[in-house]
Amino acid sequence: MRKKLDTGIKPSEITPEGAYLNRRTVLTAAVAAGLVPSIMTCEAATLPASGDMFADVKKWPDSTTDKVNSFQDITTYNNYYEFGTGKSDPAANAHTLKTSPWSVQVSGEAGKTGTFTLEDIIKPHSLEERIYRHRCVEAWSMVIPWVGFPLADLLKRFEPTSNAKYVQFVTLNDRTQMPGVRQPYLEWPYREGLTIAEAMHPLAFMAVGLYGKVLPNQNGAPLRTVIPWKYGFKCCKSIVRIHFTDRQPQTSWNMAAPQEYGFYSNVNPEVDHPRWSQASERRLGGGLFAARIPTQMFNGYAEQVASLYTGLDLRKNY
Amino acid sequence: MTQRTVVIVKVLIWAGCLAPLALLVAQAFGYAGGLGANDVETILNVCGKTALNLLLLTLCVTPIRRSTGINKLVVFRRLLGLFGFFYVCVHFLTYALLDLGLLYPLLYGPTAVGTTPGEQLLADIAKRPFITVGFTALLLLIPLAITSTRAMQRRLGRNWTKLHRLVYVVALLGVVHYWWQVKSNTDAQPLPYAVLLAVLLGVRLHHWLVHSKAAVPPSYQRVEPPQAREKASH
Repeated sequence: MRKKLDTGIKPSEITPEGAYLNRRTVLTAAVAAGLVPSIMTCEAATLPASGDMFADVKKWPDSTTDKVNSFQDITTYNNYYEFGTGKSDPAANAHTLKTSPWSVQVSGEAGKTGTFTLEDIIKPHSLEERIYRHRCVEAWSMVIPWVGFPLADLLKRFEPTSNAKYVQFVTLNDRTQMPGVRQPYLEWPYREGLTIAEAMHPLAFMAVGLYGKVLPNQNGAPLRTVIPWKYGFKCCKSIVRIHFTDRQPQTSWNMAAPQEYGFYSNVNPEVDHPRWSQASERRLGGGLFAARIPTQMFNGYAEQVASLYTGLDLRKNY
Repeated sequence: MTQRTVVIVKVLIWAGCLAPLALLVAQAFGYAGGLGANDVETILNVCGKTALNLLLLTLCVTPIRRSTGINKLVVFRRLLGLFGFFYVCVHFLTYALLDLGLLYPLLYGPTAVGTTPGEQLLADIAKRPFITVGFTALLLLIPLAITSTRAMQRRLGRNWTKLHRLVYVVALLGVVHYWWQVKSNTDAQPLPYAVLLAVLLGVRLHHWLVHSKAAVPPSYQRVEPPQAREKASH
Protein backbone atom coordinates (compact mmCIF):
# COMPACT_ATOMS: atom_id res chain seq x y z
CA MET A 1 0.00 0.00 0.00
CA ARG A 2 2.70 2.38 1.07
CA LYS A 3 4.76 1.36 -1.89
CA LYS A 4 1.89 2.14 -4.24
CA LEU A 5 1.61 5.60 -2.78
CA ASP A 6 5.17 6.33 -3.65
CA THR A 7 5.03 4.96 -7.15
CA GLY A 8 1.56 6.14 -8.12
CA ILE A 9 3.00 9.09 -9.97
CA LYS A 10 6.45 10.47 -10.25
CA PRO A 11 6.59 14.13 -9.29
CA SER A 12 8.93 14.65 -12.21
CA GLU A 13 6.12 13.65 -14.56
CA ILE A 14 3.98 16.53 -13.51
CA THR A 15 6.31 19.35 -12.69
CA PRO A 16 9.08 20.88 -14.73
CA GLU A 17 12.27 19.45 -13.32
CA GLY A 18 13.65 22.85 -12.36
CA ALA A 19 10.64 23.64 -10.22
CA TYR A 20 10.71 20.14 -8.79
CA LEU A 21 14.32 20.41 -7.70
CA ASN A 22 13.61 23.86 -6.37
CA ARG A 23 10.87 22.49 -4.17
CA ARG A 24 13.21 19.81 -2.93
CA THR A 25 15.58 22.54 -1.86
CA VAL A 26 12.81 24.25 0.05
CA LEU A 27 11.95 20.95 1.67
CA THR A 28 15.50 20.27 2.62
CA ALA A 29 15.79 23.75 4.05
CA ALA A 30 12.60 23.24 6.03
CA VAL A 31 13.82 19.93 7.40
CA ALA A 32 17.12 21.53 8.26
CA ALA A 33 15.27 24.32 10.01
CA GLY A 34 13.34 21.71 11.93
CA LEU A 35 16.55 20.03 12.98
CA VAL A 36 17.94 23.22 14.39
CA PRO A 37 17.41 22.93 18.15
CA SER A 38 14.33 24.95 18.79
CA ILE A 39 15.79 27.50 21.10
CA MET A 40 13.82 29.86 18.94
CA THR A 41 10.48 29.84 20.67
CA CYS A 42 7.36 28.35 19.15
CA GLU A 43 5.82 31.61 17.99
CA ALA A 44 8.80 32.23 15.78
CA ALA A 45 7.94 29.23 13.67
CA THR A 46 5.35 30.26 11.09
CA LEU A 47 3.39 28.23 8.60
CA PRO A 48 5.05 27.73 5.25
CA ALA A 49 4.07 30.18 2.53
CA SER A 50 1.85 29.24 -0.41
CA GLY A 51 3.52 26.71 -2.70
CA ASP A 52 6.11 25.64 -0.13
CA MET A 53 6.50 22.01 0.84
CA PHE A 54 5.36 20.91 4.29
CA ALA A 55 8.31 19.58 6.21
CA ASP A 56 6.89 16.63 8.04
CA VAL A 57 3.97 14.78 6.49
CA LYS A 58 3.13 11.21 7.39
CA LYS A 59 1.53 8.97 4.81
CA TRP A 60 -1.90 7.66 5.74
CA PRO A 61 -1.94 3.90 5.19
CA ASP A 62 -5.47 3.69 3.75
CA SER A 63 -5.02 5.93 0.73
CA THR A 64 -6.65 4.81 -2.51
CA THR A 65 -4.34 3.04 -4.91
CA ASP A 66 -6.03 4.69 -7.93
CA LYS A 67 -3.70 6.69 -10.15
CA VAL A 68 -3.27 10.18 -8.73
CA ASN A 69 -4.18 13.15 -10.95
CA SER A 70 -1.45 15.56 -11.94
CA PHE A 71 -0.83 18.71 -9.93
CA GLN A 72 -1.65 20.59 -13.14
CA ASP A 73 -5.11 18.99 -13.44
CA ILE A 74 -5.93 19.43 -9.76
CA THR A 75 -4.98 23.10 -9.74
CA THR A 76 -6.37 24.27 -13.09
CA TYR A 77 -9.78 22.62 -13.17
CA ASN A 78 -11.74 23.94 -10.21
CA ASN A 79 -15.22 24.88 -9.16
CA TYR A 80 -14.75 27.90 -6.93
CA TYR A 81 -17.44 30.35 -7.97
CA GLU A 82 -16.03 33.12 -5.78
CA PHE A 83 -13.41 33.40 -8.52
CA GLY A 84 -15.69 32.81 -11.52
CA THR A 85 -17.89 29.99 -12.83
CA GLY A 86 -15.49 28.70 -15.50
CA LYS A 87 -13.28 25.76 -14.55
CA SER A 88 -10.10 27.73 -15.30
CA ASP A 89 -11.32 30.95 -13.64
CA PRO A 90 -10.13 30.09 -10.10
CA ALA A 91 -6.59 29.34 -11.30
CA ALA A 92 -6.59 32.62 -13.21
CA ASN A 93 -8.18 34.82 -10.54
CA ALA A 94 -7.43 33.37 -7.11
CA HIS A 95 -4.03 35.09 -6.76
CA THR A 96 -5.91 38.03 -5.21
CA LEU A 97 -6.87 35.90 -2.21
CA LYS A 98 -4.82 36.86 0.82
CA THR A 99 -4.40 33.83 3.11
CA SER A 100 -2.14 35.46 5.67
CA PRO A 101 -3.09 36.70 8.19
CA TRP A 102 -6.11 34.41 8.45
CA SER A 103 -8.49 33.74 11.27
CA VAL A 104 -11.43 31.47 11.88
CA GLN A 105 -14.42 32.36 13.99
CA VAL A 106 -15.82 29.47 16.03
CA SER A 107 -19.32 29.93 17.37
CA GLY A 108 -22.46 28.21 18.58
CA GLU A 109 -22.92 25.10 20.69
CA ALA A 110 -19.36 24.59 21.87
CA GLY A 111 -17.33 25.13 24.99
CA LYS A 112 -14.48 26.97 23.34
CA THR A 113 -15.69 29.61 20.93
CA GLY A 114 -14.05 32.76 19.66
CA THR A 115 -11.60 33.79 16.98
CA PHE A 116 -8.61 31.61 16.26
CA THR A 117 -5.64 32.37 14.06
CA LEU A 118 -4.65 29.93 11.36
CA GLU A 119 -1.64 28.97 13.48
CA ASP A 120 -3.97 28.23 16.42
CA ILE A 121 -6.03 26.00 14.17
CA ILE A 122 -3.28 24.03 12.43
CA LYS A 123 -0.32 23.89 14.79
CA PRO A 124 -1.47 21.28 17.32
CA HIS A 125 -2.07 18.75 14.54
CA SER A 126 0.43 16.49 12.90
CA LEU A 127 -0.05 16.52 9.16
CA GLU A 128 -0.71 13.49 7.04
CA GLU A 129 -1.14 12.84 3.35
CA ARG A 130 -4.37 11.13 2.34
CA ILE A 131 -5.09 10.19 -1.24
CA TYR A 132 -8.85 10.41 -1.71
CA ARG A 133 -11.15 9.97 -4.66
CA HIS A 134 -12.94 13.27 -5.38
CA ARG A 135 -16.30 12.98 -7.15
CA CYS A 136 -17.96 16.13 -8.47
CA VAL A 137 -21.75 16.30 -8.77
CA GLU A 138 -21.09 17.16 -12.44
CA ALA A 139 -20.05 13.52 -12.98
CA TRP A 140 -16.29 13.91 -13.24
CA SER A 141 -13.75 12.74 -10.70
CA MET A 142 -10.12 13.06 -9.72
CA VAL A 143 -7.73 11.41 -7.28
CA ILE A 144 -6.08 13.94 -5.01
CA PRO A 145 -3.23 13.66 -2.48
CA TRP A 146 -4.40 16.02 0.25
CA VAL A 147 -2.33 17.15 3.22
CA GLY A 148 -4.14 17.88 6.45
CA PHE A 149 -5.58 16.32 9.58
CA PRO A 150 -8.81 14.64 10.64
CA LEU A 151 -11.63 17.15 10.95
CA ALA A 152 -12.78 15.47 14.17
CA ASP A 153 -9.44 16.22 15.86
CA LEU A 154 -9.97 19.92 15.21
CA LEU A 155 -13.67 20.03 16.12
CA LYS A 156 -13.10 18.18 19.42
CA ARG A 157 -10.74 20.96 20.51
CA PHE A 158 -13.70 23.36 20.54
CA GLU A 159 -15.59 20.99 22.89
CA PRO A 160 -18.95 20.84 21.11
CA THR A 161 -21.85 20.46 23.54
CA SER A 162 -24.57 17.83 23.36
CA ASN A 163 -26.68 20.42 21.51
CA ALA A 164 -24.21 20.46 18.64
CA LYS A 165 -26.10 18.27 16.18
CA TYR A 166 -24.68 19.92 13.08
CA VAL A 167 -21.62 21.88 12.01
CA GLN A 168 -21.74 24.68 9.48
CA PHE A 169 -18.68 25.89 7.57
CA VAL A 170 -18.54 29.30 5.94
CA THR A 171 -16.22 30.53 3.18
CA LEU A 172 -14.66 33.99 3.06
CA ASN A 173 -16.92 36.54 1.37
CA ASP A 174 -14.79 39.47 0.29
CA ARG A 175 -15.51 41.51 -2.82
CA THR A 176 -12.05 42.97 -2.93
CA GLN A 177 -10.37 39.55 -3.04
CA MET A 178 -13.03 37.51 -4.81
CA PRO A 179 -14.38 38.87 -8.10
CA GLY A 180 -17.09 36.21 -8.26
CA VAL A 181 -18.97 37.35 -5.17
CA ARG A 182 -19.88 40.55 -6.98
CA GLN A 183 -22.12 38.33 -9.11
CA PRO A 184 -25.24 36.60 -7.79
CA TYR A 185 -24.07 33.11 -8.81
CA LEU A 186 -24.99 31.83 -5.34
CA GLU A 187 -26.14 33.42 -2.13
CA TRP A 188 -22.87 34.54 -0.53
CA PRO A 189 -21.08 33.65 1.64
CA TYR A 190 -20.73 30.06 0.48
CA ARG A 191 -21.79 27.81 3.31
CA GLU A 192 -21.84 24.09 3.82
CA GLY A 193 -22.86 21.79 6.62
CA LEU A 194 -22.57 18.30 8.03
CA THR A 195 -24.25 16.37 10.79
CA ILE A 196 -21.97 16.13 13.81
CA ALA A 197 -21.63 12.39 13.21
CA GLU A 198 -20.46 13.03 9.63
CA ALA A 199 -18.08 15.77 10.71
CA MET A 200 -16.60 13.52 13.41
CA HIS A 201 -16.18 10.58 11.05
CA PRO A 202 -12.54 9.53 10.71
CA LEU A 203 -12.64 10.04 6.92
CA ALA A 204 -13.77 13.69 7.20
CA PHE A 205 -10.64 15.72 6.66
CA MET A 206 -9.40 19.27 7.03
CA ALA A 207 -6.95 19.94 4.22
CA VAL A 208 -4.23 22.58 4.28
CA GLY A 209 -2.22 21.29 1.36
CA LEU A 210 -1.97 18.99 -1.62
CA TYR A 211 0.94 17.23 -3.29
CA GLY A 212 2.92 17.92 -0.12
CA LYS A 213 2.64 21.65 -0.65
CA VAL A 214 0.60 24.42 0.92
CA LEU A 215 -2.83 24.56 -0.75
CA PRO A 216 -2.95 26.74 -3.84
CA ASN A 217 -5.56 29.49 -3.46
CA GLN A 218 -7.81 28.02 -6.16
CA ASN A 219 -8.10 24.80 -4.16
CA GLY A 220 -9.45 26.58 -1.10
CA ALA A 221 -6.42 27.90 0.77
CA PRO A 222 -5.63 28.12 3.56
CA LEU A 223 -8.14 25.69 5.05
CA ARG A 224 -10.80 23.51 3.44
CA THR A 225 -12.83 20.48 4.33
CA VAL A 226 -12.64 17.28 2.28
CA ILE A 227 -15.56 14.87 2.65
CA PRO A 228 -14.63 12.08 0.25
CA TRP A 229 -17.93 10.18 0.26
CA LYS A 230 -19.92 13.26 -0.70
CA TYR A 231 -20.09 15.31 -3.89
CA GLY A 232 -17.32 17.87 -4.10
CA PHE A 233 -19.47 20.91 -3.39
CA LYS A 234 -19.96 19.64 0.18
CA CYS A 235 -16.36 20.65 0.79
CA CYS A 236 -16.09 24.19 2.12
CA LYS A 237 -13.10 26.20 0.89
CA SER A 238 -11.18 29.06 2.52
CA ILE A 239 -13.05 28.62 5.80
CA VAL A 240 -13.55 31.66 8.03
CA ARG A 241 -16.28 30.38 10.30
CA ILE A 242 -17.18 27.10 12.00
CA HIS A 243 -20.58 27.13 13.66
CA PHE A 244 -22.00 24.37 15.88
CA THR A 245 -25.77 24.28 15.85
CA ASP A 246 -28.75 22.17 16.91
CA ARG A 247 -30.55 22.74 13.62
CA GLN A 248 -29.72 21.63 10.10
CA PRO A 249 -27.73 24.56 8.69
CA GLN A 250 -28.30 26.27 5.36
CA THR A 251 -26.09 25.07 2.52
CA SER A 252 -25.46 27.20 -0.56
CA TRP A 253 -26.30 24.80 -3.37
CA ASN A 254 -29.38 23.61 -1.55
CA MET A 255 -30.51 27.23 -1.27
CA ALA A 256 -29.87 27.79 -4.99
CA ALA A 257 -31.69 24.67 -6.26
CA PRO A 258 -33.27 22.61 -3.45
CA GLN A 259 -34.79 20.06 -5.82
CA GLU A 260 -31.34 19.29 -7.28
CA TYR A 261 -28.92 19.60 -4.37
CA GLY A 262 -29.90 18.16 -1.01
CA PHE A 263 -28.31 18.55 2.41
CA TYR A 264 -26.67 15.13 2.38
CA SER A 265 -25.39 14.97 -1.21
CA ASN A 266 -23.74 11.61 -0.70
CA VAL A 267 -22.23 10.12 -3.83
CA ASN A 268 -24.87 7.65 -4.99
CA PRO A 269 -24.94 6.01 -8.43
CA GLU A 270 -28.56 4.99 -7.91
CA VAL A 271 -29.95 8.47 -7.30
CA ASP A 272 -29.56 10.59 -10.41
CA HIS A 273 -29.29 14.32 -10.55
CA PRO A 274 -32.67 15.48 -11.92
CA ARG A 275 -30.98 16.47 -15.16
CA TRP A 276 -28.20 13.93 -15.60
CA SER A 277 -27.15 10.43 -14.60
CA GLN A 278 -24.88 9.81 -11.61
CA ALA A 279 -24.32 6.14 -12.53
CA SER A 280 -20.92 6.75 -14.08
CA GLU A 281 -18.21 9.36 -14.06
CA ARG A 282 -15.38 10.64 -16.20
CA ARG A 283 -12.12 10.10 -14.35
CA LEU A 284 -10.02 13.01 -15.51
CA GLY A 285 -6.51 12.49 -16.73
CA GLY A 286 -7.24 9.31 -18.67
CA GLY A 287 -7.00 10.92 -22.09
CA LEU A 288 -9.54 11.45 -24.85
CA PHE A 289 -10.30 7.78 -25.38
CA ALA A 290 -10.73 6.71 -21.77
CA ALA A 291 -14.09 5.13 -21.01
CA ARG A 292 -16.29 6.42 -18.20
CA ILE A 293 -16.04 4.41 -15.00
CA PRO A 294 -18.97 3.24 -12.86
CA THR A 295 -19.60 5.50 -9.86
CA GLN A 296 -19.37 3.66 -6.55
CA MET A 297 -21.78 3.97 -3.64
CA PHE A 298 -20.48 6.63 -1.24
CA ASN A 299 -17.67 7.11 -3.76
CA GLY A 300 -16.18 3.77 -2.74
CA TYR A 301 -16.19 4.56 0.98
CA ALA A 302 -19.41 2.65 1.74
CA GLU A 303 -17.69 0.21 4.06
CA GLN A 304 -16.60 3.05 6.32
CA VAL A 305 -19.56 5.45 6.14
CA ALA A 306 -22.72 3.50 5.25
CA SER A 307 -23.48 2.99 8.96
CA LEU A 308 -23.96 6.77 9.31
CA TYR A 309 -27.10 6.46 7.23
CA THR A 310 -28.82 3.31 8.45
CA GLY A 311 -32.57 3.77 8.32
CA LEU A 312 -32.29 6.91 6.19
CA ASP A 313 -34.05 6.90 2.80
CA LEU A 314 -31.19 8.04 0.59
CA ARG A 315 -33.55 8.68 -2.32
CA LYS A 316 -35.47 11.25 -0.28
CA ASN A 317 -32.42 12.51 1.59
CA TYR A 318 -30.31 13.11 -1.52
CA MET B 1 -20.93 44.02 -53.40
CA THR B 2 -18.65 42.80 -56.16
CA GLN B 3 -18.03 39.12 -56.89
CA ARG B 4 -14.48 39.64 -55.67
CA THR B 5 -15.68 40.91 -52.30
CA VAL B 6 -18.04 37.94 -52.01
CA VAL B 7 -15.14 35.53 -52.60
CA ILE B 8 -12.92 37.30 -50.06
CA VAL B 9 -15.66 37.29 -47.42
CA LYS B 10 -16.35 33.62 -48.08
CA VAL B 11 -12.69 32.76 -47.61
CA LEU B 12 -12.71 34.68 -44.34
CA ILE B 13 -15.84 32.83 -43.20
CA TRP B 14 -14.22 29.47 -43.99
CA ALA B 15 -11.14 30.45 -42.05
CA GLY B 16 -13.11 31.82 -39.11
CA CYS B 17 -15.41 28.79 -38.96
CA LEU B 18 -12.60 26.27 -39.17
CA ALA B 19 -10.46 28.07 -36.57
CA PRO B 20 -12.16 26.59 -33.47
CA LEU B 21 -11.81 23.08 -34.91
CA ALA B 22 -8.19 23.68 -35.86
CA LEU B 23 -7.46 24.92 -32.36
CA LEU B 24 -9.09 21.84 -30.82
CA VAL B 25 -7.04 19.53 -33.03
CA ALA B 26 -3.85 21.39 -32.11
CA GLN B 27 -4.77 21.19 -28.41
CA ALA B 28 -5.55 17.48 -28.71
CA PHE B 29 -1.95 17.00 -29.82
CA GLY B 30 -0.70 19.00 -26.84
CA TYR B 31 -0.19 22.35 -28.52
CA ALA B 32 -1.77 25.69 -27.55
CA GLY B 33 -2.03 24.73 -23.90
CA GLY B 34 -3.73 21.41 -24.48
CA LEU B 35 -7.39 20.55 -23.93
CA GLY B 36 -7.20 20.92 -20.15
CA ALA B 37 -8.05 18.47 -17.39
CA ASN B 38 -11.43 17.53 -18.84
CA ASP B 39 -10.53 17.13 -22.50
CA VAL B 40 -13.86 15.68 -23.62
CA GLU B 41 -15.78 18.45 -21.90
CA THR B 42 -13.57 21.05 -23.60
CA ILE B 43 -14.45 19.65 -27.04
CA LEU B 44 -18.14 19.47 -26.12
CA ASN B 45 -18.17 23.05 -24.86
CA VAL B 46 -16.19 24.55 -27.73
CA CYS B 47 -18.28 22.79 -30.39
CA GLY B 48 -21.55 23.51 -28.62
CA LYS B 49 -20.81 27.19 -28.19
CA THR B 50 -19.44 27.54 -31.73
CA ALA B 51 -22.59 25.89 -33.10
CA LEU B 52 -24.78 28.25 -31.12
CA ASN B 53 -22.69 31.25 -32.18
CA LEU B 54 -23.03 30.29 -35.84
CA LEU B 55 -26.76 29.59 -35.64
CA LEU B 56 -27.36 32.96 -34.02
CA LEU B 57 -25.08 34.57 -36.60
CA THR B 58 -27.24 33.14 -39.41
CA LEU B 59 -30.22 34.71 -37.69
CA CYS B 60 -28.41 38.06 -37.72
CA VAL B 61 -28.05 38.03 -41.49
CA THR B 62 -31.61 39.03 -42.35
CA PRO B 63 -31.96 41.92 -39.85
CA ILE B 64 -28.58 43.31 -40.96
CA ARG B 65 -29.55 42.89 -44.61
CA ARG B 66 -32.78 44.75 -44.02
CA SER B 67 -31.25 47.57 -42.05
CA THR B 68 -28.25 48.11 -44.32
CA GLY B 69 -29.89 47.27 -47.60
CA ILE B 70 -26.94 45.06 -48.57
CA ASN B 71 -29.05 42.25 -49.97
CA LYS B 72 -26.04 40.31 -51.15
CA LEU B 73 -25.37 39.32 -47.52
CA VAL B 74 -27.82 36.46 -47.95
CA VAL B 75 -25.23 34.53 -49.99
CA PHE B 76 -23.20 34.00 -46.77
CA ARG B 77 -26.07 32.64 -44.76
CA ARG B 78 -25.97 29.09 -46.03
CA LEU B 79 -22.25 28.81 -45.35
CA LEU B 80 -22.71 29.98 -41.75
CA GLY B 81 -25.68 27.67 -41.27
CA LEU B 82 -23.85 24.64 -42.66
CA PHE B 83 -20.84 25.28 -40.43
CA GLY B 84 -23.26 25.57 -37.52
CA PHE B 85 -24.68 22.16 -38.45
CA PHE B 86 -21.16 20.78 -38.75
CA TYR B 87 -20.30 21.84 -35.19
CA VAL B 88 -23.61 20.45 -33.90
CA CYS B 89 -22.61 17.10 -35.46
CA VAL B 90 -19.10 17.16 -33.95
CA HIS B 91 -20.65 18.10 -30.60
CA PHE B 92 -23.08 15.17 -30.77
CA LEU B 93 -20.45 12.70 -31.98
CA THR B 94 -18.09 13.74 -29.18
CA TYR B 95 -20.85 13.10 -26.66
CA ALA B 96 -21.88 9.76 -28.17
CA LEU B 97 -18.49 8.35 -29.17
CA LEU B 98 -16.08 9.79 -26.60
CA ASP B 99 -18.14 10.76 -23.59
CA LEU B 100 -20.62 7.90 -23.54
CA GLY B 101 -18.14 5.66 -25.33
CA LEU B 102 -20.10 4.22 -28.27
CA LEU B 103 -16.67 3.77 -29.77
CA TYR B 104 -15.22 1.72 -26.94
CA PRO B 105 -16.74 -1.71 -27.58
CA LEU B 106 -14.94 -1.50 -30.94
CA LEU B 107 -11.69 -0.42 -29.31
CA TYR B 108 -11.65 -2.44 -26.13
CA GLY B 109 -14.23 -5.19 -26.61
CA PRO B 110 -17.55 -5.46 -24.79
CA THR B 111 -17.91 -3.36 -21.64
CA ALA B 112 -17.63 -5.29 -18.42
CA VAL B 113 -20.63 -4.15 -16.42
CA GLY B 114 -23.66 -1.93 -16.41
CA THR B 115 -25.51 -0.39 -19.30
CA THR B 116 -23.84 -0.32 -22.70
CA PRO B 117 -23.04 3.09 -24.19
CA GLY B 118 -25.81 2.56 -26.77
CA GLU B 119 -28.39 1.92 -24.08
CA GLN B 120 -27.11 4.92 -22.19
CA LEU B 121 -27.47 7.10 -25.29
CA LEU B 122 -31.11 6.08 -25.79
CA ALA B 123 -31.84 6.48 -22.08
CA ASP B 124 -30.28 9.95 -22.06
CA ILE B 125 -32.26 11.06 -25.09
CA ALA B 126 -35.48 9.75 -23.57
CA LYS B 127 -34.94 10.74 -19.94
CA ARG B 128 -32.70 13.79 -19.81
CA PRO B 129 -34.64 16.86 -20.94
CA PHE B 130 -31.56 18.84 -21.91
CA ILE B 131 -30.35 15.98 -24.09
CA THR B 132 -33.84 15.43 -25.55
CA VAL B 133 -33.93 19.09 -26.47
CA GLY B 134 -30.41 19.09 -27.93
CA PHE B 135 -31.03 15.92 -29.91
CA THR B 136 -34.29 17.35 -31.28
CA ALA B 137 -32.39 20.43 -32.45
CA LEU B 138 -29.90 18.16 -34.23
CA LEU B 139 -32.69 16.21 -35.96
CA LEU B 140 -34.44 19.40 -37.05
CA LEU B 141 -31.23 20.71 -38.58
CA ILE B 142 -30.84 17.68 -40.83
CA PRO B 143 -33.66 18.59 -43.29
CA LEU B 144 -32.40 22.16 -43.32
CA ALA B 145 -28.88 21.04 -44.21
CA ILE B 146 -30.18 18.65 -46.89
CA THR B 147 -32.34 21.32 -48.51
CA SER B 148 -29.69 24.00 -48.34
CA THR B 149 -28.53 23.47 -51.92
CA ARG B 150 -29.61 25.87 -54.64
CA ALA B 151 -31.30 23.00 -56.50
CA MET B 152 -33.42 22.16 -53.44
CA GLN B 153 -34.24 25.83 -52.96
CA ARG B 154 -35.58 25.94 -56.50
CA ARG B 155 -37.47 22.68 -56.15
CA LEU B 156 -39.19 23.65 -52.92
CA GLY B 157 -39.97 27.20 -53.97
CA ARG B 158 -41.97 29.01 -51.31
CA ASN B 159 -42.04 25.97 -49.07
CA TRP B 160 -38.30 26.34 -48.73
CA THR B 161 -38.76 29.59 -46.82
CA LYS B 162 -41.42 28.00 -44.64
CA LEU B 163 -39.29 24.94 -43.93
CA HIS B 164 -36.27 26.99 -43.06
CA ARG B 165 -38.19 28.93 -40.43
CA LEU B 166 -37.46 25.80 -38.39
CA VAL B 167 -34.13 27.43 -37.67
CA TYR B 168 -35.92 29.65 -35.11
CA VAL B 169 -37.04 26.52 -33.27
CA VAL B 170 -33.54 25.05 -33.51
CA ALA B 171 -31.93 28.19 -32.07
CA LEU B 172 -34.46 28.25 -29.25
CA LEU B 173 -33.84 24.56 -28.46
CA GLY B 174 -30.09 25.20 -28.60
CA VAL B 175 -30.27 27.95 -25.99
CA VAL B 176 -32.58 25.86 -23.77
CA HIS B 177 -30.19 22.91 -24.15
CA TYR B 178 -27.32 25.09 -22.91
CA TRP B 179 -29.38 26.56 -20.10
CA TRP B 180 -30.53 23.21 -18.77
CA GLN B 181 -27.05 21.72 -18.93
CA VAL B 182 -25.30 24.19 -16.62
CA LYS B 183 -25.10 23.32 -12.92
CA SER B 184 -27.78 25.74 -11.79
CA ASN B 185 -29.88 28.65 -12.97
CA THR B 186 -27.50 30.91 -11.06
CA ASP B 187 -24.88 30.26 -13.73
CA ALA B 188 -25.15 33.20 -16.09
CA GLN B 189 -23.11 31.79 -18.97
CA PRO B 190 -26.08 31.01 -21.25
CA LEU B 191 -27.61 34.43 -20.58
CA PRO B 192 -25.95 36.36 -23.44
CA TYR B 193 -27.20 33.72 -25.88
CA ALA B 194 -30.73 33.95 -24.54
CA VAL B 195 -30.66 37.75 -24.74
CA LEU B 196 -29.31 37.76 -28.30
CA LEU B 197 -31.90 35.20 -29.39
CA ALA B 198 -34.69 37.22 -27.76
CA VAL B 199 -33.50 40.36 -29.58
CA LEU B 200 -33.29 38.55 -32.91
CA LEU B 201 -36.75 37.06 -32.53
CA GLY B 202 -38.07 40.42 -31.31
CA VAL B 203 -36.70 42.17 -34.41
CA ARG B 204 -38.52 39.65 -36.59
CA LEU B 205 -41.74 39.98 -34.64
CA HIS B 206 -41.53 43.74 -35.00
CA HIS B 207 -40.86 43.43 -38.72
CA TRP B 208 -43.77 41.03 -39.11
CA LEU B 209 -46.17 43.29 -37.19
CA VAL B 210 -45.16 46.34 -39.22
CA HIS B 211 -45.43 44.55 -42.54
CA SER B 212 -48.29 42.19 -41.79
CA LYS B 213 -50.72 44.42 -43.70
CA ALA B 214 -48.84 43.94 -46.93
CA ALA B 215 -49.70 40.60 -48.56
CA VAL B 216 -46.08 39.79 -49.21
CA PRO B 217 -43.48 41.77 -47.23
CA PRO B 218 -41.12 43.36 -49.73
CA SER B 219 -38.04 42.06 -48.03
CA TYR B 220 -39.27 38.48 -48.18
CA GLN B 221 -39.52 38.78 -51.97
CA ARG B 222 -35.83 39.44 -52.08
CA VAL B 223 -34.78 36.33 -50.18
CA GLU B 224 -36.92 33.96 -52.20
CA PRO B 225 -35.09 31.78 -54.64
CA PRO B 226 -35.10 32.89 -58.27
CA GLN B 227 -37.61 30.35 -59.57
CA ALA B 228 -40.08 30.96 -56.78
CA ARG B 229 -39.89 34.63 -57.56
CA GLU B 230 -40.67 33.87 -61.18
CA LYS B 231 -43.71 31.85 -60.17
CA ALA B 232 -44.86 34.59 -57.83
CA SER B 233 -44.69 37.14 -60.61
CA HIS B 234 -46.82 35.07 -63.00
